[in-house]
Amino acid sequence: MTAALSMHNGQTVALADVPVLSVAELRDHVIRAAGAGARLGAFFGNPLDASSLRLFAILVDGFSGNLLVLATDVADRYPALTPDCPQAHWFEREIAEQWGVRPLGHPWLKPIRFHRSYRAGEDAWGRPADAALLPGVTDFFQVAGEEVHEVAVGPVHAGIIEPGHFRFQCHGEEVLHLEISLGFQHRGVESGLLGGPDKRSLHFIETLAGDTSVAHAIAYSEILESLGGVTVTARAQSLRGIALELERLANHTGDLGALATDIGFLPTSSYCGRIRGDFLNTTALLCGNRFGRSLIRPGGLWFDVDGAQVSQILERLEAAEREVTNAADLLWNTSSVMARFEETGPVSVDTCRDLGLVGVAARACGLERDCRYELPSGIFRFAQIPVSTWDTGDVFARAYVRWLEIKRSAAFIRDQLGTLPAGHIHSPVPETAPSSLSVSLVEGWRGEVCHVAITDKGGRFARYKVVDPSFHNWMGLAIALRNQQIADFPLCNKSFNLSYCGHDL
Amino acid sequence: MQTIALVHPALALVLSPLLLGVINRTKAIFAGRVGQPLAQPYRDLWKLLRKGAVYSRTTTWVFRAAPVVGLAAILLATTLLPLAALPALLAFPGDFILLAYLLGLVRFFAVIGALDTGSSFEGMGASREVQFSALAEPALLLGLAAVAYHTHSLSLSEMISGLSSTHWSQAGAMQALLAASLFMVLLTENARIPVDDPNTHLELTMIHEVMVLDFGGPDFAFILYGASLKLWVFCALLTGLALPVRTGNLWIEVAVAVIAIFGIAVLVGVVESCMARLRLIRIPQLLVGAGLLSVLALVLSLR
Repeated sequence: MTAALSMHNGQTVALADVPVLSVAELRDHVIRAAGAGARLGAFFGNPLDASSLRLFAILVDGFSGNLLVLATDVADRYPALTPDCPQAHWFEREIAEQWGVRPLGHPWLKPIRFHRSYRAGEDAWGRPADAALLPGVTDFFQVAGEEVHEVAVGPVHAGIIEPGHFRFQCHGEEVLHLEISLGFQHRGVESGLLGGPDKRSLHFIETLAGDTSVAHAIAYSEILESLGGVTVTARAQSLRGIALELERLANHTGDLGALATDIGFLPTSSYCGRIRGDFLNTTALLCGNRFGRSLIRPGGLWFDVDGAQVSQILERLEAAEREVTNAADLLWNTSSVMARFEETGPVSVDTCRDLGLVGVAARACGLERDCRYELPSGIFRFAQIPVSTWDTGDVFARAYVRWLEIKRSAAFIRDQLGTLPAGHIHSPVPETAPSSLSVSLVEGWRGEVCHVAITDKGGRFARYKVVDPSFHNWMGLAIALRNQQIADFPLCNKSFNLSYCGHDL
Repeated sequence: MQTIALVHPALALVLSPLLLGVINRTKAIFAGRVGQPLAQPYRDLWKLLRKGAVYSRTTTWVFRAAPVVGLAAILLATTLLPLAALPALLAFPGDFILLAYLLGLVRFFAVIGALDTGSSFEGMGASREVQFSALAEPALLLGLAAVAYHTHSLSLSEMISGLSSTHWSQAGAMQALLAASLFMVLLTENARIPVDDPNTHLELTMIHEVMVLDFGGPDFAFILYGASLKLWVFCALLTGLALPVRTGNLWIEVAVAVIAIFGIAVLVGVVESCMARLRLIRIPQLLVGAGLLSVLALVLSLR
C-alpha cells in the first residue's frame, strides 16, 4: 500500500508528490490513522477536470508532530468515510455540497451552508438549478411521541450574536436531541480567494472570523512564506506570538465573563467585559486595531514596537492579569457558580476523539490537542507554552482550561517582551511556488486553525481551504446537550463559544 | 371604613416601581456601575403607556384580558394588607386565603395568556411557572397558618397587629423560620435570582420573562406595574410579619415599615449580586426547603 506523504507544519510540497491512492486505500489509511489517534485536519475536494474531483485528506498526527497528506480521485460518488470515521462527517457533507459528489452511506447527508454547487449542474441532492436554497430550510431529525415537543431557536436571537438555527427535540425540560443548522453567514470566502494571492486576500482572511483575525492571518502568512521560501525574522515571530496570545487573553476573558452572565452571576460578568476591553486595547497598542487587523502580513508584520510600547504593554498586562485573576477566582470560590458549571454539558473523551474536536473543547476532555505543542510553528518552536487540560469534559472544564490558558499566555507574553530579539520585522516574500501544496496550522484561541493552499502552474491559488476550529466543534456542542436541561443550552453554547462566520465562510 | 386605610394602597401605588429602581441601583453598585436612574421604572411605564399595542393573530381575548385581570387582582391584594399600624382597607376572617388566591389568579392569567400565544418558549415558561408556584404556594399558606395560630386570628390585619415588638424574644425561632421561608417565596414569586433572572436575554432559561414576551405597549406597562405591586405586597407582608415595631406613634411605625420594605429590596439586590442562578432542576428543592421551614414554624407555633 502506498505510504502517505509526511510533512511538517508550514511545509510546502510539490503537488505531484502527493500520493494518489484508490478510494479504498484512502479510506483504509484514514480510518486506521484516526483509530490510532490522528485527527482529520482537513478533507476537501479540488476539481481535476469537469467530471472528476481529487479529494485531499490532511491527517494531523499529534504524537509524531507530522501531517500526513493523501489524495484520491472520485467521479460523482464514493463510499463515505463517516460510518467508520465519524470525524469525517461534516467534511463529507461539505464536499457533497461544494462539488455535488455523493458520499454513499453517509448517515446524515444534508447541506451545511446552503449554497449552489461549485460545479454547475452537479448537485448531490438533485435539486433543480433554479430552486431557492434557503439556509435552515431542510429536514430536521425528529423525535416522535405525544409527550415530545420541538423548540426552534434562531436564526434571529435575543442577544447580539450571529445567526444560526437550533432545533431541540425535548421531553419536558430534557433535550433528547439538538440539531444545529448554519449557513446564514456564508459569504464565499474560499471562492473569493481563488486566483490569489492578491491585495484582497489578506483582508478576506482577517475578516473570515473577526474574533480570530490574528490566528487566521498568521496561518495565511505562513502559507505564503512557505510557498515563497522565505524565513521570517525572530523578532517578527516573537511579535506574532505575542499578538496571538493577546487575542487568546481577550477572548478567554470575555468568555469567562459571558459564562458568568448566562448564570446571572453579576460580579465576574461585569468585570470581565471591561478587562476583555483592556486586552483588546493592548492589541491596539501594537497596531491601532483592537482585533489585531493589519498587524500580520506575509513576510512579517506591518508594525514594530519600541521600548516605550513594550513597557506600556507590560504594565497593562500586569494590571489586567491581576484583575482577571480576581474575577476568575470569584467563579471558582462561589458554590452557586460551581453548582451550575460542574456536570453540565459533559463530553466524554471517546466522543471527543470520535468527533475530532479541537482546541479548548478537546483539552477540556483531557486530550492534549494543542498545535503550539504538537506541531509548533513560528515562535512556538523556541518558546513552549505548557498544554492546559482538564478531564471532566463539562462546562467547568471548558471554563477552567480557559483560565489556565489565560495565566500561561500572560506569562508567555511577559517572557517574550523581556527577551524580544533585535532585527527588522519584515522580509520580502518571493513569488509563490507553482503546482504546490502547503499546509499551515495555528492554535487560535478557539482551537486549531488549518489553512491549505494548492497553487496552479502560475503560482496562483487553485484552491484555498480554510478550516476554522468551529467547523470541527459544532457537532460537539450538539452532543454535549443530549440528556441535558434545555435551560442549560445557553451555558453550554457559551462554554464552546463557536464561530458562525468562521464555519460558514 | 376608615379613610386612613387608604394610605397603604396609595403608598403601594406610588412607591412600588421605586422598589425595582432600588434593586437595580444596588446591583449596579455591586457591579461598579453608576446604574440607571432610580426613577427609571416610572419612565419605562410612562413610555409604554403612550405606545400602541400589537396583537398576534393567533391570540384571543384571553391574551388581552391577562394583563388587565392580573393588575386588577394585585390591586385588590394591596387592599387586604395592613402596613404597620395602618389598617387594611378590607379585613375579614380568612382574608389571608383570599390573598393567596388573588396571587394565584394573577399567575393563572399570566399562564393562560402565555399559552394563548402558542409559542413554544412561552409554553415552556408557563410550565415552569406553574411547577414552581405549586411548591411556593404551600410555603406561603403554611407560613401564614403558623402566624394565624400564634395570634389566634384569621384576618391579616389582626395577625399583623397581633404580633408585638417583643415577639422576637418570645417566639424567635418561629419568626426566623417564617422570615426565611417568606423571603424565598418572595424571590420565587417575583422572578428574582436564584430562581429566575429578570435581566437575562436568553429565552430558553427564562421563567417569568418569557411568558410576557408577546406583550407590548400599555399591556406590558400593566404587567410591569403589576409585577412591582406584587413585589410591594410580598415586601409589606414580610415586613409586617418579621418586623413588628410598636412605638405607639402611627407615623413613625409607617416610616419604619416603608424603610424596611426598601431594605428588603436592597437585600434582594445583594442576593442577586452575590450568587448565580440555580439550575432549574434544583429550584423545587429550594422551594420544598421553604415549605419545610414554614411547616417547622407551624409546629413551633402549635407548641
